[in-house]
Amino acid sequence: MYQTTYHRPKTIAEAVSLYSSLEEPAYLSGGHTLLPAMKGRLAAPANLIDLRASPELSGIEVRPDGVVIGAATPHAVVAASAEIKAAIPALAGLAGSIADVQVRHVGTIGGSVANNDPAADYPAAVLGLAGTVHTDRRSIPADEYFTDLYSTALEPGEIVVRIEFPVPESAGYAKFRNPASRYALAAAFVARHRDGSIRVAVTGAGSSGVFRWAEAESALQARFEPAAVEALLPDPGGLMSDMHASAEYRAHLVRAMTKRAVACMGGVDIS
Amino acid sequence: MSQITLTVNGVPHTRDVEDRTLLVQFLREHLGLTGTHVGCDTTQCGACTVILDGRAVKSCTILAAAADGGTVTTIEGLADGDRLHDVQIAFREHHGLQCGFCTPGMIMTAVDMIRRHDGELDEATVRHELEGNLCRCTGYHNIVKAVLAAAEKHRARRRAPSALPQG
Repeated sequence: MYQTTYHRPKTIAEAVSLYSSLEEPAYLSGGHTLLPAMKGRLAAPANLIDLRASPELSGIEVRPDGVVIGAATPHAVVAASAEIKAAIPALAGLAGSIADVQVRHVGTIGGSVANNDPAADYPAAVLGLAGTVHTDRRSIPADEYFTDLYSTALEPGEIVVRIEFPVPESAGYAKFRNPASRYALAAAFVARHRDGSIRVAVTGAGSSGVFRWAEAESALQARFEPAAVEALLPDPGGLMSDMHASAEYRAHLVRAMTKRAVACMGGVDIS
Repeated sequence: MSQITLTVNGVPHTRDVEDRTLLVQFLREHLGLTGTHVGCDTTQCGACTVILDGRAVKSCTILAAAADGGTVTTIEGLADGDRLHDVQIAFREHHGLQCGFCTPGMIMTAVDMIRRHDGELDEATVRHELEGNLCRCTGYHNIVKAVLAAAEKHRARRRAPSALPQG
């Protein structure tokens, strides 16, 4: 790892001010993506601005209609929250399926959503639940937030402060993991919303990152059961192909995970 | 450079460190506590697992500066003098190691796991919770047995605190 200077601001305002005044800055949250990238010299920020001491980024609020999670909340805290388990069990289950115990103790929801790894879990929940990303300067609906691989609508220096999830009628999450890395080869988050709409968000598979599978949403709107998507396949042209799985295989996995998510509404199915 | 203070195994240590220093480097190179191992150095193998502020973490992926003010327990901090910790005893009794490289991380993960579940563990849960610790000797079977035995002892101790001698 190259030399860097560590900063620990106490407020968001101080963090933003440091970001605008320092050379080559980067925000740090759990650091479980950024630090490995720095160790591999794939990233070399001259200044690291740790956001975790800002009180605005912590805390969980569960209301009858929504769950709001502070960006610096570790995955393990979301997974263990009795309130979140009661309101959106698939969200708590998804958090509990990320990586391993030690990583879940440190990695944060804000870091995951800001980084937008194409195989990360949280983007599927944010998009499937029609969540809102609240930053230090605005609120961004999920449909406008995820733009491409590792790319989001965030501007330079913009900080994810909290993520808001509407409580759905029900939701399910199914993931097929790479057995070595445990990242999703394909995973689907399916939500039946209170307004009657259905959303299917797919992670791990898309060549532009997380995406909504519109055909599956329409089919499930007509008939909400696993068999409704049996005849559908996402276009492999829009899916990733790598040493772990071809685009064609991922297309089949996307369908299989969507069916499993529909079959496990109110929970998760992780394999 | 930053001046940081960490309480490690009950003893406060203040050192000047480069900001890029990882917690595992701080433990091994600055404090000489080499029981915490560096295996993969990529947050996967778990050999560097320590307990930081009450939670098992991979110390190869945490900056020492970010842990400033924190409390760390390493494998060296478990035994009470010559009296081994229950989890250490269980690993010895159940042959929960072959080469021993992954063992400090396995034991710290097990200590954290037993505490979080208050000893209420079954085999499936133990295997699931050991996902972040790799053993190259494939010694998982006896590791799982050792964790279950230590969890059983934890439960017995909870039921009758005075019936079992410590360690």
